[in-house]
Amino acid sequence: MDQHMSRTRRVYWQGVRAGAPFLLVVAPFGLLFGVVAREAGFDMIQTMAMTALVIAGAAQFASVQLLVDGAPVFIAILTGLAVNLRMVMYSASLTPHLGKARTWQKVLMAYLMVDQSYGVSIEQYQKEPSMPVQEKVSYYFGVISAIAPFWYGFSFIGALVGSAIPPEYALDFAIPITFIALVAPSLRSLPHLAAAVVSVVVSLALAWMPYNLWLMIAAVLAMITGAQVEKWLEARK
Amino acid sequence: MNNLDIWLTIIFLGVGTFLLRFSFIGLVGDRELPEWLTRHLRYVPVAVMPGLIAPLTVWPQATGGEVDPARLIAAGTALLIGSIFRSVLGAIFSGMAALYGVLYLLA
Repeated sequence: MDQHMSRTRRVYWQGVRAGAPFLLVVAPFGLLFGVVAREAGFDMIQTMAMTALVIAGAAQFASVQLLVDGAPVFIAILTGLAVNLRMVMYSASLTPHLGKARTWQKVLMAYLMVDQSYGVSIEQYQKEPSMPVQEKVSYYFGVISAIAPFWYGFSFIGALVGSAIPPEYALDFAIPITFIALVAPSLRSLPHLAAAVVSVVVSLALAWMPYNLWLMIAAVLAMITGAQVEKWLEARK
Repeated sequence: MNNLDIWLTIIFLGVGTFLLRFSFIGLVGDRELPEWLTRHLRYVPVAVMPGLIAPLTVWPQATGGEVDPARLIAAGTALLIGSIFRSVLGAIFSGMAALYGVLYLLA
């Protein structure tokens, strides 16, 4: 039992270490959200309620922006949900690894599913698929505990400070940098590289489409590309 | 924008997002997914994340949608360093350094 506990704890701290670098981008992003929400007319409680309930920066920005522009509420909600539709794919791809976890753990992991917790964890699971379920769960919680408190905290600071952060700070670019950092290490495999290229090209070509439809189409085509290239490589062996 | 609109957005977006996140992991649970599906799901990160940021990188909102050399160079640097060294920190630091470096030079 003791040995088992210490192993789980070690895996938890491995997760914390793997998640920690993302502080550098989650912190400015959170700060920015706090500022933007307050400027949009959210009070302190509303800003923090959104940050805590939704925990999905890109969707939060999209919905707040639409409300500011005077769009109907249901459009603001649906657009936010469309931006988050990728979470269904994340959820599906985590299922083979985490499906056997306890229900309360799955509820908590679902609530804490963000690009970083997903991206860092899935990389580890694919590297070491034989990890026991409870260790995979610990790793996931480790990654997110290095990130979520800072997301909440920096949103709070941003909301408190309230004044505009000069655009020269280019905080908007924290998002692209995060995603590049999440994906770049896997690009040295041909199927992954092919999938990424298709994803970028199709997104740029279809970026005129509303409601993030372009992203869903690009993602599906890219997944098919990755799977086909993988099959083709296997057949050639 | 009134208070009710804000609260409705927060609550429905929060609950809806949770359901999206819980969907597979909660409802499929420990049943096996078919092989063809897991083969596709292996590519979810590289299929979603590059596409999500491509338009933000090429047509950043901060510049009003104008192509911005600083952001393109920063993205390229992060990508290169991140993939060569397989390093998250390397990608973040090199990308931010390139961004601020080029912004400074062009200012």
